[in-house]
Amino acid sequence: MRRRRWPVADPNTTPYVGRAMKRIEDPRLIRGEGTYTDDLRLPGMVHAAILRSPHAHARIRKIDTTAAKAIPGVVAVLTGADVNASCGLVPCAAAIPDLKAPKHTVLAGDRVYFVGHAVAVAVASDPYIARDAIEAIDVDYDPLPVVTNAEDAVKIGSPLTHPDLGSNVAYTHNVSGGGNIDEAFRKADRIVKHRLYHQRLTPMPIEPRGVVASYHTGEGTLTLWTATQIPHLIRTLLPGMIGVPENKMRIVAPEVGGGFGAKLNVYPEEALIAHLAMRLHTPVKWIESRRDNAAATIHGRDQVGEYEVAVKNDGTILGLKSKTIADLGSYLQLLTPAVPTLTGLVLTGCYTIPAVKMEIVGVYTNKMATDAYRGAGRPEATYLIERLMDVVAQELKIDRLDLRLKHFPAPGDFPFPTSCGLVYDSGNYAAALTKAKQLANWDQLLKDRAAARAAGKLSGIGVSTYVEICAMGPSKAMPAGGWEWGCVRMEISAKVTVITGVSPHGQGQETTFAQIVADRVGVPIEDVVILHGDTSVAHYGRDTYGSRGTAVGGTAIVMCIDKMIAKAKTLAAHLFETTSDHVVFENGRFTSPGVTNRVITWPELAGEFYVAKNLPPGLEPGLEASSFFEPQNFTFPFGTHICAVDLDRDTGHVKITKYVAVDDCGPQINPLIVEGQVQGGIAHSIGQVLFEQTIYNEDGQLVTGEFMDYAIPRAHDIPDYILGSTVTPSPINPLGVKGVGEAGTIGATPAIANAVMDALEPLGITHMNLPMTPEKVWQAIKTKT
Amino acid sequence: MFPAHFDYVRPATVEEAVKLLAKHGDDAKLLTGGHSLIPAMKLRLARPQVVVDIGRIANLSYIRETGGAIAIGAMTTHADIEASKTLRDKSPLLAETASHIGDAQVRNKGTIGGSLVHADPAADYPASILALDAEIDVVGPRGKRTIKAVDFFVDLLQSAVAADEIVTEIRVPATAKTVAYVKTEQKASGFALAGAAVVIGPGGVRVGITGVAATAYRAAGVEKALAGQTSLTPDLIARASAQAAAGVDALGDIHASPEFRAHLAQVNTRRAIEKALTRA
Repeated sequence: MRRRRWPVADPNTTPYVGRAMKRIEDPRLIRGEGTYTDDLRLPGMVHAAILRSPHAHARIRKIDTTAAKAIPGVVAVLTGADVNASCGLVPCAAAIPDLKAPKHTVLAGDRVYFVGHAVAVAVASDPYIARDAIEAIDVDYDPLPVVTNAEDAVKIGSPLTHPDLGSNVAYTHNVSGGGNIDEAFRKADRIVKHRLYHQRLTPMPIEPRGVVASYHTGEGTLTLWTATQIPHLIRTLLPGMIGVPENKMRIVAPEVGGGFGAKLNVYPEEALIAHLAMRLHTPVKWIESRRDNAAATIHGRDQVGEYEVAVKNDGTILGLKSKTIADLGSYLQLLTPAVPTLTGLVLTGCYTIPAVKMEIVGVYTNKMATDAYRGAGRPEATYLIERLMDVVAQELKIDRLDLRLKHFPAPGDFPFPTSCGLVYDSGNYAAALTKAKQLANWDQLLKDRAAARAAGKLSGIGVSTYVEICAMGPSKAMPAGGWEWGCVRMEISAKVTVITGVSPHGQGQETTFAQIVADRVGVPIEDVVILHGDTSVAHYGRDTYGSRGTAVGGTAIVMCIDKMIAKAKTLAAHLFETTSDHVVFENGRFTSPGVTNRVITWPELAGEFYVAKNLPPGLEPGLEASSFFEPQNFTFPFGTHICAVDLDRDTGHVKITKYVAVDDCGPQINPLIVEGQVQGGIAHSIGQVLFEQTIYNEDGQLVTGEFMDYAIPRAHDIPDYILGSTVTPSPINPLGVKGVGEAGTIGATPAIANAVMDALEPLGITHMNLPMTPEKVWQAIKTKT
Repeated sequence: MFPAHFDYVRPATVEEAVKLLAKHGDDAKLLTGGHSLIPAMKLRLARPQVVVDIGRIANLSYIRETGGAIAIGAMTTHADIEASKTLRDKSPLLAETASHIGDAQVRNKGTIGGSLVHADPAADYPASILALDAEIDVVGPRGKRTIKAVDFFVDLLQSAVAADEIVTEIRVPATAKTVAYVKTEQKASGFALAGAAVVIGPGGVRVGITGVAATAYRAAGVEKALAGQTSLTPDLIARASAQAAAGVDALGDIHASPEFRAHLAQVNTRRAIEKALTRA
């Protein structure tokens, strides 16, 4: 097998930025020396277990906890009646007009609405006894009618998820933009229609959720360790639930073993476990099992849509109409109703489409809530526009690359306003496409496909050209502010301590931020420490999601460094007996050419700042700066993915024979980390296109509740990627970076799906729902041969 | 994932283990690797009162040639079977089959005896055990007896081994070299959606199928169609393989319909025969 090695850069040369460095955080994780939530052991700590509903919809007639309470070692057994009044409602931060929302209590009230709905909690001296206790709770359920399919849920006469809301429709959201859509459709030579389904997915982070809470009764302070992406947003939202003021609350995200959006939420357990620690006056730990993770941590996607494209016979697209039904599940989690509306923001992809109209209907069903899952709305949009481009090209018999190129804005068209109301920051879409074609050896690929087809094989090539939304984002577009905070401090020893408000959990910012800081401050990277994920250390922040860490959080740090250097120059000028504008700072050295030959380095300067015996009047001791960065726009990374597949006629198995991705995320701080993010993202897409799916049966039972039944991609599913990049800086931040955390999974899903459909095209098969499993492929082939 | 309360005992000999099983009856479960038992206990689907760990009993893990057979101790791990030079040289089907089981961690702990007694309808070994016409020795309070492979798999998760018996040895012929195991994996678990094991010998072709029905079975229709044939042409192989699930009540679930499982049995049987012939 071919093994590619990253070039090893000389560790003694700067700059660090741009270098493919291994991650600073990895050794401790690889050696098992990381501290995850479940690793915490506090004196007197007790353990909670949660009893969950086995029914998708039922009335709770009675809960008897007598037997459970009698088990030796049981500390408490509590139900919704005991805790809900003290825990407030689980928050939804999405601002959608006329949204119908159910009251989301931390434990069920008199009804359960999905399998996995938390009904009661038992606390015991050890986790075994806590499990024994929840088994001993006797709940008398009266099962009620269930709806599990969103398209059925909007029909008249459907069972209602929340009968008190009177309808399963949570909201109807209309997006329209650009020119007159009716006129576009009137002028069209042809209307191309297509229906697409984005199946429900379970994020399945390898570390499930977990919470440890400790309450100091004397101080009235709460410390909450939680496996989360968003310690700061929890600190903003939890006070409203449990009554502890924000400034007496410390939220810690220790090592977090995967998030993918599933940990971008405020969950009932975070309030519940905090409440238990306060109520019982002792620390409480709750660790989610895999089964509970599958049932009661958010799911992703689950949208179905009907799409119409108005086209001229020469391929010119005049307009795009869509109707999407989004399955929200039974409750609104933090961003549940907002995710489908993100689809509406990038509906036109990287194309000039003069008029759009989109209707999104958010629907309640008796299932777990959907919410942001890697890509959150953009994979849905990209899949639909990229499938549609292929369908249009096929119907009009024009080349699919020509059709795409025809609708790309030119590099000079940026900033490029879209019909969906965004302004794309920068781009060169044709350059990425050209590079991907080169890397894929496109002409040869076409010849190989022709030869394979001539030999009776089913061989296909798929392409996706995508644009997405990163660096979330401008505060005006974000529910709780989209700025980021950072702090850079040079210690008396000239070591540099950096504090960021983003909360990396696998994105590698302990490395990328250290690279940025080491270069700009001019110190060895070993002297830089990046602190994050603890609100008593990182006082403010807006955390990690939406590929925002480096573009927004990194920029806040750059601003800090600029301030710190400016202050340092003031002192250097004083020591040089000149003025700041005569001080030159370069590579960690302060000089003043023409004034003095003296060179001042950081150790000397840092010492002066803290010993503080020789500071000019008005200059404060200490060398630290903090900053908030408010981005003026999102960033819009883009790229082209090309995938080639062979299908096994006998078994329906899809084999990826070539995968090429060219992604443009702007300048790369660390190409190794960029590649890691892209690789992981494509892996997620391989899962989504070929086998992953969350399945509830018609009774609302979750039948993919563990890894025996829910397939995630494994090493042997991953082809040998050929990865490349183009570099188009963003004008939105001084680093020019765009973000890359989700790009892989946004670009890859349509490329792989288009390849499978291309392989089936000679058989006249034009449609297949995701996932394109071997059985579906085999059935499709069988019906056509 | 915390099991209910249980007691743990670790007998030093087979005799001691048999006595413990006799004493505790249905309340006891043997721990022979734990890759099915422990997950079931953690999910509280299995609640044995007593777990009898036979992992430290001496002389239950070996692979050796005896007469015309290769004898395999019941506590031999999948990894040892996969790596066995004796098996690879003399009777490679079990080694090939073991390489398809789970992942490296599973293969390092799971044992052939434990897997066979569990009688999972989608486990890999049963297809090969049937195709090899293996013999399985068991020891119980009534002494030792030998069970033929065709009599071993009784029903879903039920083997012919009684609750108070312990498998001690599996014997396979030392002369089976024209063999192959071809499997389609259930994507999540890695178990077989349909696995076909083929042994081609002077006496004819034997085919074992796993994953398709409630128990693994010999594909009698395939064997009959190939019986007495001296030249296995592609056409003949294809026609015979079409019988791989004939008369079988195929399983259906979210991973594959009965129709697809039956189809995969046919495809994999054909591919296994073709592959075996390349090793003739």
